[in-house]
Parts: sequence; C-alpha cells; structure tokens
Amino acid sequence: MADPSANQATIAGTQAWIRRQGRWSPYEIAFWIAVFVPFFFFPTYLTLASQIAIAALFALSVDLILGYAGIITLGHAMFFGLGAYAAGLLTKTGWGEPLTGLLISGAFVALVGFVVSFVIVRVQHLALLMITLGLGLLTLELANAMSWLTGGTDGLQGVSVWPIFGTFDYDLWGYTAYSYTLAVLFVGLLIARRIVHSAFGLSLRGIRENLNRMPAIGAPYQRRLQVIYTISAGMAGVAGALLTQTTSQVALDVLSFQRSADVVVMLILGGTGRLYGGIIGAIIFMVARDQLAGINPQYWYFWIGILLMIVVLVMPKGILGFLAQLWERIRR
Amino acid sequence: MPTKSTLALAIAAGLTWSAGAQAQETVKVGVILPYSGPFADAANQLDAGIKLYMQQNGDMVAGKKIEIVRKDTGGPAPDVAKRLAQELVVRDGVDIIAGFALTPEALGAADVATQAKKLMVVMNAATSVVTEKSPYIVRTSVTIPQVNYAFGKWAFEKGGVKQAYTLVADYGPGHDAEKSFAKGFTEAGGTIVGADKTPVANPDFSAFVQRVKDASPEAVYIFVPGGGQPAAIGKALSERGLTPPATRIFGQGELTHPEALESMGGNARGIVTTFHYTLEREEPLNNAFVAAYREANNSRSPDLFSIGGYDGMHLIYEALRKTNGDTSGDALVEAAKGMAWDSPRGPISIDPETRDIVQNVYIREVQEVGGKLQNVIIDTIENVKDPLHGASN
Repeated sequence: MADPSANQATIAGTQAWIRRQGRWSPYEIAFWIAVFVPFFFFPTYLTLASQIAIAALFALSVDLILGYAGIITLGHAMFFGLGAYAAGLLTKTGWGEPLTGLLISGAFVALVGFVVSFVIVRVQHLALLMITLGLGLLTLELANAMSWLTGGTDGLQGVSVWPIFGTFDYDLWGYTAYSYTLAVLFVGLLIARRIVHSAFGLSLRGIRENLNRMPAIGAPYQRRLQVIYTISAGMAGVAGALLTQTTSQVALDVLSFQRSADVVVMLILGGTGRLYGGIIGAIIFMVARDQLAGINPQYWYFWIGILLMIVVLVMPKGILGFLAQLWERIRR
Repeated sequence: MPTKSTLALAIAAGLTWSAGAQAQETVKVGVILPYSGPFADAANQLDAGIKLYMQQNGDMVAGKKIEIVRKDTGGPAPDVAKRLAQELVVRDGVDIIAGFALTPEALGAADVATQAKKLMVVMNAATSVVTEKSPYIVRTSVTIPQVNYAFGKWAFEKGGVKQAYTLVADYGPGHDAEKSFAKGFTEAGGTIVGADKTPVANPDFSAFVQRVKDASPEAVYIFVPGGGQPAAIGKALSERGLTPPATRIFGQGELTHPEALESMGGNARGIVTTFHYTLEREEPLNNAFVAAYREANNSRSPDLFSIGGYDGMHLIYEALRKTNGDTSGDALVEAAKGMAWDSPRGPISIDPETRDIVQNVYIREVQEVGGKLQNVIIDTIENVKDPLHGASN
C-alpha cells in the first residue's frame, strides 16, 4: 500500500494509527469475561450457548466479506454445510480427532471458496446476490442427489468424534461443547481482528466504499477480494465442522437457504462491519428464538420479524452501531 | 479449572435434584416437533392426536400428573432436535421424550435418549433404521418398508400384476418406498420394467408419465410427497390415458388421502394404495376416534400423524401404569416391549425384539361411495413387521 514517494513520517504515522485501532478495548475484555457467565449461572443453557458460539463464528465469517469487503451473499451456508459434511465424512474414514478434523475441513472449504471466488469478484450487487443464492441452492441439491455419500434427507449416519485431547468427551450438559466452541470462536476472532486491523483490512474497507477508486490509487481489488473470500469460506467451514463435531449430526439443513438467510439477519441485528456485530446478533437471535419458541412453538418467527423490523427502522446500523452512536452523543 | 467446574457441577446437581423432587408428582413428557416451518401442518396434526388422547383419558396416570413440554425444531433440523432433547433432560427434567415427525430429527435425538436413559417415543419418523439407533426408542407410527414390502408381494400374488414401473420422488422416503416395493414385488415373482425418480420440489410430471407410457407396463407404483403433488400426478396420468383398469396405479396412502382425493377428482378412481391407517375404516373404535377428533379440530379429519401421536400417548400411559409410575427409561422400555392394544387403526403391538410397531397393512382402492370418492379397504394383511430390521445383522 505504501506510496514510494511518501515520507517516513507518514508511514510511521499510519502504522501507529493501525496499531491504535487494533488495541483491546475494555469492552472487548469485559465481553470475553462475560462469556464465562453461562458456566456458573446458566449451566442448563450450555448446549444453546455452544450453538450460539457456532452461529457467532459463522456470522463473523460473513461479516468479513459482507461488513468489511462489501461482498453481499445469500449463500454462505454452502461453506458452512461443506465444512459440516467434510468433518462428518472425515470421521467416517476412521479419523475422529476433532482439532485436526477442524483444520482439514476448514482447509478443504477454503479451497472450494478460492475456486468460487474467481466468479464472485467479477460481479456486483444483484448479480452477486443471485450467484451466491444459486450456488447455495445447487450445493444443497447436489448433497440431496448424492445420498450415497451424504445420507440424503436422513442425514449422515455413523459420525463419531473422538474426545477432545483424548480426554474431554461430549457430555449431556454441554460443558465440553461450550468450552470447545468458545475456544475456537476466540481463535477465529483473533484472526479476524488481525485481518481487520491491518493494511490489508483497511484496503478492504476502501474497496467496500469505492470499488473503482481503489485501482486508481494503486490497489487492485480482485486479488484482495479473493483472499478475504477464501478466508471467510474457510472460517464458515470451521463453524460447520464445529456443529458436526459437537452434535455428531449432519443433515441437509446445514446447507439450507434458511441458514444463509438467518446468518445475514444476525449480522443486520448486531451491526455489520463491526467484529462483534455478528456475535451480538447471534446471541440476540438465538436467545430470542429459544425463548419465543418456548412460549409459542408455532408462531415465534413472527416476533423475530417484528424485532428485525424495529432494529432496521430504529437502528439502521444494527444494535452495536446504535450503541456506538449513542456513546458518541453522550461524550459530546 | 477444577474449582469452576466443581461449582458449576454443584449448581447443576442442585437443579437436577429439584427437578427430581418435582417428578414425584408429575411425569414430564417433552414433545419435540417441527411446529414451525414446512412441516408445521404435520406437527399440528400429531399434536392434536396427543391432545385428544389426554382429553379423553385425563392427565393422571398411576397417581401422577402428565405434563407436556412442547419444543419447536423449525425443522428438519437434527442439531436443533438434539439440543432440545438435551435441554429437556437437563433443564426441564423431563422423564420421557416424544414426538419426532422427521427421521433426521429422531436420529439426532437418539443419542440423548441413550445417554440420559430416557424412554423415547417416536410418533412418526418412518425410516426403518430409527429404532436401531437407541435401545430406548419405541415407535408407534409406521415404517415405509413395512407397508410397501407387503404391498409389493400383494401386488403380484393377489393383485395379479406381473410387471410394474416405479416412479418415486427423489429423496430418502421415495428411495425407501421404491426399494421395498420392488423387493416385495420381485421376491414374489414380478418384474420391474423401469424406474424413474421425480424432483422433490415443483416437478412437471408429464415427461415422466410419458416415459412410463412408452414402457406400457401393467402397473405403475407412485410415491410423491403429500400436498399438491398427488393431484398434479393424477392429472398427468389421466391426460395420457394411464388410468385404471387399463393400467393399474399403485401408491402409498398419502397419494389418496382425503384432501388429495378432493383435488384429484375422478382421476383418482381405481387407484390402489397401501397404508396402516384408513380414515373410513368402518369399526366402532375408529368411528368414535374420527368423530371426537373432528369435534376437537374444527371438523378436520385425523391422518397418519394424528394416529401416531394418539397411539404414542397410549403407549406412554400404559407403560406408566405397568411400571406403577416408575419413570426410569429401562423400566418403561421393558413395559413397552410386547405391549399390544386395539387402536383406532386396528390391532397393534410393539415387537419386543425391535421395539418397532407391528400392525395390519390395509390395501385400499379408491371407489365412489354415496357419490363421494373414498379409500375402500379391499384386503388386509395382518400383523406385518418391518422387513428390514435384523436384515443388516
């Protein structure tokens, strides 16, 4: 990114600015302390908490492309589902070790993401929406048709994951599942943080704001978009693999359009282009869904719809965006 | 962090203890169904069966009050079903888990039943393998091979058909139906002259029906999901002149259920289907059941889901009576094994070896009765077991 004619002071200044942006804020630290609360106060909600952590990781992967690079998508469940199936099929070959399983699945999905990215970076706006949607639906149909491999509508049978580090087995309460998913989410966030608070992350935001201008200042966008798309796909794949490993289940719903749409809803609720937007959105969406479905199993989606409309109308930048604005106003 | 987990375990133990203390007076039954989403209608019919049984038989059994806790999967979502089962056990302290309209969801929750040692009553999910996933599973619905394998045999032996074509929807249940019908049919001596699969969503049947016609088989076996498809395929068949008696049309019960018959009209006449429950079966127990169900549900008729839920509740009640209120999974499963009773669908029992249902399979033909098309039972195959269990061993 560095302009050869810029003087040393500017470069140093920019680097210092990037470093400042990347500092841990007290809110972030408070958040990572708060995630331990369920262990002590809501031990009966740990399974839900682990699924929230998985949804949060998935939302984070979408935020990287949608929030930071401006690639809109309605088909990201494709990568989530591929990761889930990869992890499940891997255990069926006789290798059930979870950590390497996670890495292998993630790498495989990243590879698929890389191939897909060649198409993705060539289109924008509505065409992008249609292509991601179409790819998602195609993958779902493919998985349905290849029932000899995927188990079709009945789901993949015989997934057996070994205990983590050979000692921690998946218990009914979900202690292991939550600890494991939380740890992976944390690593995912560290990676996302590193990307976002770097020169590369900054250039992505530039691409999001003005695609045509970036080449003009000497920053070609296609390669950069391909890189972030590949990373995002890999992260979504890891989230899917986590779901397989903690539930020992894989069925076609991991690839469903519903999942692609839900994750975008989570992001919009929480606020796009903020690392924690997807995480907060996942928490609100999943907890609201759990509570509302408990009260009325038939019509809970109605209330989710109302919630989404209120958030979009009153807080166009999502809940986190709204809080940030509020904070600005108070400080002034 | 030994201290943290000890503390958490202590809290957890406290919660279980309080749930355990409560269970003295009530028996909690957790019902997991897709109450929202594409299968909401099936879930509601099943739930209506549960409600009707409780309305007719009260909520007290063996001195304990039955309490239902309902959970929505929005499914098909096996991961959600599994989580809900876990939560029902650890948070709500349920003694029995039940429901399960969809096979993947039943398979998803099966591990939880094993781990928690709870009776799991599958009230619909119809894939053969379900009961083999946990020793605590008992099924009160039907399996696709059960009704179709017997039907395949019947088609050759009594139906007088020597060769047939199969046309099924391209998904799990369709594949199962095709395989088991073909197995029964060919084992009896018949020949399958052709097999085609139609897309699950929005198929255009005309091309497929044309292919069937070109093969000019004596009979065609059809399996499509309920909803709008039976009417669509009925229309395609009659447009191309593939109608009984020139070409026999076979299918599983959903093909000619009352709503489908209404939209198919005259095209449905003469179609022969196989099913475990027939709404119009003239028999006092069934008549009373249908009348009570219609009264409780705005004159909507019961269907296969309703009867699965109704009989599932009967099994839970009777098992509790047998154990005298003991809710441990092992005791309840033992009590359920070999249980036999008269259901509105006919005499049924639970196979003590496979914990799966044994029941009559009815062969019905669509006929006009009093100016209205309905399924008339033309033959009954008694006490049919699922043919696939034990086949893999």
